[in-house]
Amino acid sequence: MANPMRIRAAAKDGVTEVRVLMSHVMETGQRKDSSGAVIPAHFITELTAKHNDKVVLSAQFGPSVSTNPYLAFKFNGGAKGDKVVVSWVDNKGDSRTDEVQVA
Amino acid sequence: MNHQRRDTLKAGGGLGIFGLLAAAGMIKPEMAEAAWNKAAFDAHKMDDAMSALGAGKPAESADVQITAPDIAENGAVVPVGVVSNIANTESIAILIEKNPAMVAATFDIPAGTVADVQTRVKMGQTSDVYAVVKADGKFYMAKKEVKVTLGGCGG
Amino acid sequence: MKKTIMAVAIGAVALTAPNMQAMASEDLNFDAYRQMLADGNPAELFEMEGEELWRTARGPKNATLEQCDLGVGAGVVDGAAAQLPRFFADTGKVQDLESRLMHCMETLQGIPSAEIINGKFRQGERGKLASLVAYVVTHSNGKKVQVDLSHPKMKEMYDMGEKVFYYRTGAMDFSCASCHSQDGKRIRATQLPNITTSKGAAEGWGSWPAYRVSNSQFWTMQHRLWDCFRQQRTAEPVFASDVTIALSVFMAGKGNGYEAVWPGVKR
Repeated sequence: MANPMRIRAAAKDGVTEVRVLMSHVMETGQRKDSSGAVIPAHFITELTAKHNDKVVLSAQFGPSVSTNPYLAFKFNGGAKGDKVVVSWVDNKGDSRTDEVQVA
Repeated sequence: MNHQRRDTLKAGGGLGIFGLLAAAGMIKPEMAEAAWNKAAFDAHKMDDAMSALGAGKPAESADVQITAPDIAENGAVVPVGVVSNIANTESIAILIEKNPAMVAATFDIPAGTVADVQTRVKMGQTSDVYAVVKADGKFYMAKKEVKVTLGGCGG
Repeated sequence: MKKTIMAVAIGAVALTAPNMQAMASEDLNFDAYRQMLADGNPAELFEMEGEELWRTARGPKNATLEQCDLGVGAGVVDGAAAQLPRFFADTGKVQDLESRLMHCMETLQGIPSAEIINGKFRQGERGKLASLVAYVVTHSNGKKVQVDLSHPKMKEMYDMGEKVFYYRTGAMDFSCASCHSQDGKRIRATQLPNITTSKGAAEGWGSWPAYRVSNSQFWTMQHRLWDCFRQQRTAEPVFASDVTIALSVFMAGKGNGYEAVWPGVKR
């Protein structure tokens, strides 16, 4: 099962900044293991972030995104205590959803 | 249900229970809405990548800014940020010219979200990093060279 | 000795991207790069896991670590790492953060230390211990290193650490000092702190444990030291053995008064 994300969301001057760290190998499919066998690609393909049920960002990733991906973005509005929910799915169909309250 | 997405899941190999759930539409519908742009992520040439993004030959714009270090200590993790000061920015894509698959990530920016995203990418070698922005249906771009002292795709 | 240098030089060229040869060393300024990585250090993922582990009842005794005394009172995590290693009266030993956590895991949770000592880095209970380290050091981030060297056992460890630092051994006749006693020294593009100075010692001590972007791994100081011995081509030290703690006392003691950046992020 996928490990939890670390999400931080902070509202300041009418803008909420969201920073997300995801725990994922982001394997490119271009590397070989010690026996010479290709390590299959395994990476997050899609991500959605919602603020109180409204989608505030959707993203698509390729294997060039670094291992344990980092994402930061900002949306207008948002107040202390609001909910920010981030979900991802990867190319193997695994998924993870975590939420945080805006600080 | 989008067929491209279904193909993508199959291409990922071993359609596990989560894959089946996703294919059956049981994973949050909004995640399935925007199908993963396989053509863009598989593109090995800049022209192919641009056309898969629908961008054609975007004009260089000073209103698109890339934040990235001039030199990265390790290509495995290179911080890249893109800010678009163009009104009605709808999407931002980050491309690494010299990576085998050059499109790193694409972001849809709904109304109310600031056109300002940061992420981190792998870079196999020193390369230009491109930001492609779609605003009001038109495409714009910026690029910046990032030197990499140690490639980040091998290990 | 000449041969060794040649071998190292050839290795460096082989491992380095071609464009590197064109770069003068003064161009290798990674400050901007490092600064951009400091915010959102992936070590936070390990810290999260460590915090959970601290509070989770585990082991044969099904207990949490919330009563673990890291030297500043039972269960107190804030500022604890900045004062380690230290002499602990209850064990009669000088312990670093890792050996102290191992002690807590054994006494409170019943997890045998042998399992950790005989284990492997990043795996099993030793891997869990590393996440606990990430959690504890985060609560000393930005604090000044304040290691109390007044106890005779601490003094003894400091002196032993200093001796080990200068002790040449292994196939290449290297000591820690061979790589860590000059300013501005590098291995490939990596800067090596001059640990013979307080500032350099603090740079080394106060930036590990760290997340390594090259392999996406979180490395504790025990892991860092173990790998230094390996690179020195000499026998690798036993986990949490006196030699590793002595080197830590030496570095921390020399780096006293400087701010720690914990956890670090490294190439």
